[in-house]
Amino acid sequence: MDTLAASLLDGLLIGLLYGVAAMGLTLIFGVMDVINLAHGAIMALGMFGVYLLFSEMGMNPYVALIAVLILGLLFGVIMYFVAVDRVIDESPLASLLSTFSVNMIIIGIGTAIWTTSTYNVEYSLGTVETGPFTVTGARLMAAFLAVVITALLYLFLNKTRPGKYIRAVSDNRGAADLMGIPSHRILALAFGIGTAIAAVAGGMIATIFPITILGGSTYELKSFVIVVLGGLGNPLGALIGGLILGAIEGIVPVFMKTTWVPVIEFGLFVGILLFRPTGLMGTKK
Amino acid sequence: MMDFLKRTVGLWIPLLVVAGIAAYPLITGSDSNREAMFSILLAIALASSLNILLGYTGYVSFGHIVFFGIGGYAGLYVMTVLGWNIWFAVLLGATVAGLIAYLLGSAILRLRGGYFALATIGVNEAMRALTGNIDALGGPIGMDVNFSLYKPFGGPGGMLQFVFWSVVALTVLVIIISFVVKKSKFGLGLQAIREDEDAAEDMGVVAPRAKTWAYVLSAIIPGALGVLFFFKNGHIEPGEAFRLALSIEMIVWVMLGGIGTVLGPVVGAGLYQETRKLLLTNAYLKNIQLAVAGALLLAIVLFVPAGIVGWLRSRNARLRKVLE
Repeated sequence: MDTLAASLLDGLLIGLLYGVAAMGLTLIFGVMDVINLAHGAIMALGMFGVYLLFSEMGMNPYVALIAVLILGLLFGVIMYFVAVDRVIDESPLASLLSTFSVNMIIIGIGTAIWTTSTYNVEYSLGTVETGPFTVTGARLMAAFLAVVITALLYLFLNKTRPGKYIRAVSDNRGAADLMGIPSHRILALAFGIGTAIAAVAGGMIATIFPITILGGSTYELKSFVIVVLGGLGNPLGALIGGLILGAIEGIVPVFMKTTWVPVIEFGLFVGILLFRPTGLMGTKK
Repeated sequence: MMDFLKRTVGLWIPLLVVAGIAAYPLITGSDSNREAMFSILLAIALASSLNILLGYTGYVSFGHIVFFGIGGYAGLYVMTVLGWNIWFAVLLGATVAGLIAYLLGSAILRLRGGYFALATIGVNEAMRALTGNIDALGGPIGMDVNFSLYKPFGGPGGMLQFVFWSVVALTVLVIIISFVVKKSKFGLGLQAIREDEDAAEDMGVVAPRAKTWAYVLSAIIPGALGVLFFFKNGHIEPGEAFRLALSIEMIVWVMLGGIGTVLGPVVGAGLYQETRKLLLTNAYLKNIQLAVAGALLLAIVLFVPAGIVGWLRSRNARLRKVLE
């Protein structure tokens, strides 16, 4: 029982992190119907951003996350205007491919610089122990930050003017244009925010796990599952989807071999796409 | 006779290209050329298969490599465990891939746009994880081809010859299928679905059935190719059989050459493979070949979305008559 509880707790904490990893993907999809296939590569950039700022410049990794956030936002806005803006009104294939080519460029350059070897951010927040539970400080911190980021995004989308513009453009771009909202600039902002969150999620992963330049792809696949669980285009749903995924990863290994986890995850993923394409919560855009 | 040639000229051009690729190692008599041409032909056949669904019907199958892997696993299982010969194994690989496409298609082809693309990724990943857990298929280690299976061909050398010519035959077959489908009423229905599925249904196209058959058609040749490829490879494992990166490359081949054309996948796959080889052997570009390929792809998607053949067709009315 104790093993199960400890394993579940571990899973839920990581699940919150998964949720943030998926949040950028779902935000971008919700606003502009683009599945960003550079999502994993951007997460990898975030991982290496934190690694470099910490190891080369001695910056505290949690301060480095703020730098990664800003750089991620910039990168996203530039990426939007270079690779996405031209194909935004074309078939889904065009944006899938244009974002995938950005993925290739990032991975290509990243591999040339860092090869595919493993790096570690050697920074510890110690461990916390209560009863049967032993949790590293880094995991608690990541889970806490995940909740903070979700809350900030929620406030931004609902309480600020640019946030409301984003929701307006997401609901009906034509009408938003007519109301005088500069829709392409708002799309760029939304893309930038989605990218920034992905980069920060990557940075948070770097504080817990070893990283490689290809490391983002695992989380990208998990993000697809989460995004579908929580409802495509629903950033809050992503956090819940992440928790579900984390719970599965916590519970399943207690009863079966770990290798069954992805079978269950992707089986669930396809099943939900087929029977509840709006996600478990069933919110309709 | 002239009339027939004129009507089918769009078929003869890609077939001539394939014949040229197949003859090249014969003429040069070089084994390394044969292996280079093998990878190009494999790419052409995979791209042309995908094009039936992606190009004609407009459904973006991101995990299409799943059928290659399924075929490979089915074929190697019956050969190594049950002792079937390669001919039946190839037939079985194609049949199993087609059957699974039929069952799967009836379900996931209801999804449109990005949802369908995501579902195909999910199916591929689920299959990869699942095969890694099935002990009869060797679990995560996979299965090996016993060298004694190469004996009927007079050893590995003869086997390589056999696999090469089988892939040539399958490439020819898939190009003929592509052409016939494109010119048929069935193909017209698919293209109507691509342009506007709801309107197509109003005009009497039974979309669910047509889409499912397009999916099946695009799955059987990859299934057969999977058997041949992994038989030649001597080994199959989940990560190699269901490699998502290869799946995405298939889309790149189709896009580069010209989506929805018969010649396009041939040109795109051939050009991409050759360019990559060039990049890989260049001292300066070797390390960033992936980035260069990505930049090329981005340029094509942004500026020449119709691909090479599509661009040529749009530039010149005479070319439009001969290039399909």
